[in-house]
Amino acid sequence: MPTKSSNSVQHARGQTIAEKLLSRAANHAVHAGDLVICQPDAAMGTDGSIPMALQYFRTMQDDGGLPPPAFPERLVFALDHYGASSGERALVLQETARDFARKAGICVFETGEGIGHQLMLERGRVLPGQLVVGADSHAVSYGALNAFGSGIGSSDLAGIFQCGQIWLKVPASIRIVLHGQLPHYASAKDVALTLARRLGAGGANYCALEFAGPGVATLDIDDRIVLANMSVEMGAKAGIFPHDQATDAWLASRTSTAYVPAVADADAEYEQIIEVNLDDIVPQVALPHRVDNVTDVADSAGTRIDIVYLGTCTGGRLKDYREALDVLCAGRGIADGVRLIVTPASREIQRELERSGMAESFRRLGAEFQEPGCGSCCGTCGAIPGDGQKVLSTANRNFKGRMGNREAEIFLASPRICAQAALTGRLEDMERTQ
Amino acid sequence: MMALGESAGETLQGRARVLGDDVNTDYIISSSRKKNSVDPDVLRHYLFEDLDPSFAATVRDGDILVAGQNFGCGSAMEVAVTTVLGAGIKAVVARSFARTYWRNAINNGLLLVTGDARDLREGESLRIRMTRDRAWLEVGDGQRRIECEAVPEIVHLLRREGGLIPYLKRHRRLPGFDGDAQRADAAARAGGAPT
Repeated sequence: MPTKSSNSVQHARGQTIAEKLLSRAANHAVHAGDLVICQPDAAMGTDGSIPMALQYFRTMQDDGGLPPPAFPERLVFALDHYGASSGERALVLQETARDFARKAGICVFETGEGIGHQLMLERGRVLPGQLVVGADSHAVSYGALNAFGSGIGSSDLAGIFQCGQIWLKVPASIRIVLHGQLPHYASAKDVALTLARRLGAGGANYCALEFAGPGVATLDIDDRIVLANMSVEMGAKAGIFPHDQATDAWLASRTSTAYVPAVADADAEYEQIIEVNLDDIVPQVALPHRVDNVTDVADSAGTRIDIVYLGTCTGGRLKDYREALDVLCAGRGIADGVRLIVTPASREIQRELERSGMAESFRRLGAEFQEPGCGSCCGTCGAIPGDGQKVLSTANRNFKGRMGNREAEIFLASPRICAQAALTGRLEDMERTQ
Repeated sequence: MMALGESAGETLQGRARVLGDDVNTDYIISSSRKKNSVDPDVLRHYLFEDLDPSFAATVRDGDILVAGQNFGCGSAMEVAVTTVLGAGIKAVVARSFARTYWRNAINNGLLLVTGDARDLREGESLRIRMTRDRAWLEVGDGQRRIECEAVPEIVHLLRREGGLIPYLKRHRRLPGFDGDAQRADAAARAGGAPT
């Protein structure tokens, strides 16, 4: 439930949402460029980053032991990167995280429960107005709920274990003003890829993206998560949405804790303002091996696709599966030789897929289901593409080797475009060309 | 906030190893490698394997990576820094760095210098010179000089202490937090915005 908005606090200089959020976390007014010490409201680590954080934490102690962390109630450990197929050593690393959490009373999201970022959002661990860091770059996803979400490393996480603090440089903000409404053939993913195309992989480096404008209200929380999530692919430190009724409605069933949303001041200063007309968005695809190597799908049509991957913290939510199924069910089955892999972002999503019958529809089409989690996205568990195979994925990254095989090629697109490719075995923009 | 104490000038010397733009962390060290070990002595053998599988074997102690824009983009995984250090590389010069890589490097004592070193050739001898408010490169016999961005205070501070971990081992908390931690906490619990 939201309490009174914070713009009653008078500041000498106008502040962006990012500046407001970090001012709270630093306990004094801060502006872009300031180096500040903050206390995050919550910090998330994964089995990919915790083992190293524990090594660092041990090194910080005179006796080389592992004392309890400063604020265990603010920590969440998500065991999402490794699964049974990751090998024995990965499972040993995972067990070190589990063991520390058990002794310290830290909340653990177990293997198979889903991707840490999705669970942080789903379980009400991220609230408007907060600073929530994650030792994983896609912690920027939390910006969807008007929080300052940012990726940190293992040493930073160890520092938080030690003293509950982190040093941050307050970022300048790029304002992304959204107008209009997405056409039926385009998705939030296409907006994210359009931004990557416009800004480039480093175009928002050290900056926060602040989404604004009347178009925000036309995007639901799932859409906002996609855009916040992919802001890091442009180098952004955070991708933050304003708070509105959709935020409250989404959180209503997930938390009973009061929160104070952050609103940008009218005289806040922005490094750059980019206007985006959602009506003009057309399906986009990122070609190997760069997220900013983007073309209209229509301009890359015909590319052979061997594997279609529906999942990850970018494209593994209900809305993504609904959009994909709409396309799949209108076709005549999956094309010969195409492998369709579904990896829901969380068990809650998986359950809803089962309950609604969507999972059954996917299975009837021949889709393979993987356990909720990071799955194949970063090559740490799950199916790995073969040499020379072309993967079309709803993920956020397509670097060479990303899915565990440097001889494979990864293309990124919306769930709809992925589903169309599953039907034909080719990259196509059918809806728009029909 | 963070005060820089006395800081003597510093010089690092090495051999330039030239890379391109947007070298991401998966190229520095593949995500799939770290599931078996996070030991830099193990991972160093896979440095840049997806870009050039033969690279790791040619790295010499003291080599300096020279890259284009957005070095270290992608994942926040810290092994992308410790693997570089584990290979004996003490510094990276690039036109720009991805922010997570920048902070991980600072915390671990890998020196990052921001400058345009596009015309450096593979294997050229290189000196990085730093003072409190300046940084520059001296190439070859020192005739060629490339002015770089001064290294920020926080970098000097953490470098002097050997990185974030030794810093926190010694001081137990970060410097200069404005206001008492408990007070901030109480304010947050009360649902009010600390001013």
